[in-house]
Amino acid sequence: MSIISDLLRLATGDKEAERSVPPTGFTATLTLFTAAAMAFLAVFALALSLATDRLATRWSEELARTSTLRISAPDDQKAAQTAAALRVLETTAGIASARALTAEEQRALLEPWFGPDLPVETLPIPQLIEIIEDSNGYDATGLRARLQAEVPGAVLDDHTRWREPLISAANRLRTLGLLSIALIGGSMAAMITLAARAALAANVQVIRVMRLVGAQDQYIASAFVRRFTLRSLNGAVAGSVLGAAAVMLLPDTELAGGFLTGVALRGTDWFWAATIPVFAALVGFAATRAAALRTLKEKS
Amino acid sequence: MIELDNVSYTYGGGELFSALSLKLSAGSFHFLTGPSGSGKTTMLKLCYGELIATAGGVRLFGQDARTMDRDQVALARRRIGVVHQDCQFLDHLTLAENVALPLTVAGRGAEAAENLEPLLSWVGLGRQSMQLPPQLSGGERQRAALARAVVMSPEVIIADEPTGNIDWEMSQKLLHLLVELNRMGKTVLIATHDLNLIRAAKTQVATRVLRLKGGKLQVAGADL
Repeated sequence: MSIISDLLRLATGDKEAERSVPPTGFTATLTLFTAAAMAFLAVFALALSLATDRLATRWSEELARTSTLRISAPDDQKAAQTAAALRVLETTAGIASARALTAEEQRALLEPWFGPDLPVETLPIPQLIEIIEDSNGYDATGLRARLQAEVPGAVLDDHTRWREPLISAANRLRTLGLLSIALIGGSMAAMITLAARAALAANVQVIRVMRLVGAQDQYIASAFVRRFTLRSLNGAVAGSVLGAAAVMLLPDTELAGGFLTGVALRGTDWFWAATIPVFAALVGFAATRAAALRTLKEKS
Repeated sequence: MIELDNVSYTYGGGELFSALSLKLSAGSFHFLTGPSGSGKTTMLKLCYGELIATAGGVRLFGQDARTMDRDQVALARRRIGVVHQDCQFLDHLTLAENVALPLTVAGRGAEAAENLEPLLSWVGLGRQSMQLPPQLSGGERQRAALARAVVMSPEVIIADEPTGNIDWEMSQKLLHLLVELNRMGKTVLIATHDLNLIRAAKTQVATRVLRLKGGKLQVAGADL
């Protein structure tokens, strides 16, 4: 209940309590700077975490339902083997659709490596067939056996070999991002605790006088808690705005290669970025309150 | 109201006083005298819960001081107005804010608006309300300390050498205010080594004079 009453007092404001304690210069600057720096870093960690989350989702959801059939055959047999492969695929359970890529589509795939004027028709490039699975999926082992018998030049790639390690790496990056946010929060709490304890130590006489006139610990603590919470909030707002601006200025990797989703804030990401100052204020509140009550107990 | 029963206090390995008993009943007026270093201030601190007795019992408004937590002590202090020897002001607050501080910390800051002006006028500091403590003279500080001590309308007023740093005329004014408070029913305990102040008080009010000497508390004789 006392924490709730402290939060209510914080929300409604208790300037009289805050005014009882003289402002202390270096702890104010330290708290503001720490909150701003930590919020700045938290925005980056959040953007990284959300980007890797998107990457993992994309690789696990989009690519999981697609496979590629590659037909490497002499030019005069390529069309026949493609038609045979499509027939096999049409009669395979678990495949929603299968289609051979056009020459334009194959050229577009190779364009990032060979440029826009590649004469695909004159090169010995295998024919690619895109396979989309239905919700049940297909039996890859059975399909490979049938293709081996009916279309000897066909190689089935269900993307598992390279997709799984990438998903695993993306998930680990996401976890590291979240861990970084937690570490940033912990570091911020430690710094604010130090600043609060310094402020309390600098105001021993003020605390003594307040006690002599009948102030209870909650009241004395609230004077420090309100001040440090507001400093944490203000610093974190500044740090978050700067962090978000820096993330926005990062180059758009989507345009460059289409492989990474890019470290950026999109859509609902902005909501999470906006919660950083709120979390910073909560960290400031909890750290200062704990430090103040502990120090007041020690000094009793 | 405040009761010390067979109290001892040890400080720095030595016993400051022992087997000390005192009962402050409602409406009484006590003087505590004795040589410097005899333990007058320590005894007062026991009376408002700033120190805990090494042995014996201290009861504040019926509660055993030893078992009271910090919040309970804080609540008890709201019923005891203390005038400290060095006033104990917060130098960054104005005189008015310092005097109102007990109301503020008790969550009764709104009462200050209506009570403060007559109170400051009563102690003769109506014009100095916006000044900071370092800007006040010794006498003004002592009267401001008295105003702060009574702003909560406490049942007990404890003053530690309230006239230590002021001239005789100002001492008389301060004494008059304390006697006036006693006539209003407040219990008063003053520690002082100023025997003239005690003699002056005895002409105005029934007082009990206690002498702390050699670690023992005695009732002073008629020579005072």
